Amino acid sequence: MVLIQVFLVFAIIAALVAVEAPSALSSIISLGAVGFGLSIAFLWLGAPDIAITQVVVEIVTLVILIRATIARGVTEIRGNESKTLLIGSLILFGLGSAFFANYLSDFPEFGKSAMETFSNPASQFYLKFGLDKAGGPNIVNDILLDFRAFDTLGEATVLFAAILGAITLLNRKVFVDSGEEKQ
Amino acid sequence: MTGMSSIVKTVTRWVSPFIFAFGIYIALTGHLTPGGGFPGGVIIAGCFILLTLAYGKETTFGLFNLESSAVTDSLAALAFLCMGFLGYVFGGGFFNNFIQSGFPGTSFRLLSGGNMPIINLAIGLKVGASLFAVFAYLALFRAIEED
Repeated sequence: MVLIQVFLVFAIIAALVAVEAPSALSSIISLGAVGFGLSIAFLWLGAPDIAITQVVVEIVTLVILIRATIARGVTEIRGNESKTLLIGSLILFGLGSAFFANYLSDFPEFGKSAMETFSNPASQFYLKFGLDKAGGPNIVNDILLDFRAFDTLGEATVLFAAILGAITLLNRKVFVDSGEEKQ
Repeated sequence: MTGMSSIVKTVTRWVSPFIFAFGIYIALTGHLTPGGGFPGGVIIAGCFILLTLAYGKETTFGLFNLESSAVTDSLAALAFLCMGFLGYVFGGGFFNNFIQSGFPGTSFRLLSGGNMPIINLAIGLKVGASLFAVFAYLALFRAIEED
């Protein structure tokens, strides 16, 4: 349990570095450190599916972001810090702290599953009938692709729409091959 | 400029088939072991990103260009949707696991879980193709300064 907290503190420090770093490249790399710390925490908490997804997405995102910053020549972060932003974030932080102070006592203990905390959780059904009805030993995929497949279809639709929008925005005539003539 | 040094190219040539096979494995056995369609697809996209970075985009686009990635993305999304409608036709409910209720395979084998491996593979191909397309558009093309 101490190791998880070590990795979480590491992730928080890396996130602070990512916010405060002067150059875009070092801030992207610290963002990768946040992801790796989180994925190790997920692994220790007993969620290998999420840990695998986190690691893999983190690597690919890191490569894409670094390559995109280098290809577009974005190295410095410019921006002005306004007082309104600071005050707004302080207000949001206070509101969040008040909310969590109220409801944190009802949460399950850190690292414990909801099944041990609540008497009759809905997820008990999936554990009992997952192997019979869906046929897979990996209960996470049973839920994602059988019991809650409609949700997964929605997720896939969101991904499809997001990538369609990104490609439509990026695929304008003003883009050329890097270092070559206009297409 | 076509890719990196010959050391990187050689290592990539040795490693990339295994990465691709590992991605397919993660996607296909998602109902047995941790993993699933999404991480498998990201690993497949990572394989093509590695090839692109090592060999340059001309070589990789000979294998898998932007048109084929768009076609793969759309076809895999359609396959996912078709599994839902087939469940409606044969099983009586949208996304009903009709293969599992009709022909339940032996548990803990690859051919179990009904239509879950098919959907996993479709999601894997979709995610891989679309992430590779995003990488290509973001990293390989550069914007001209607007006038």
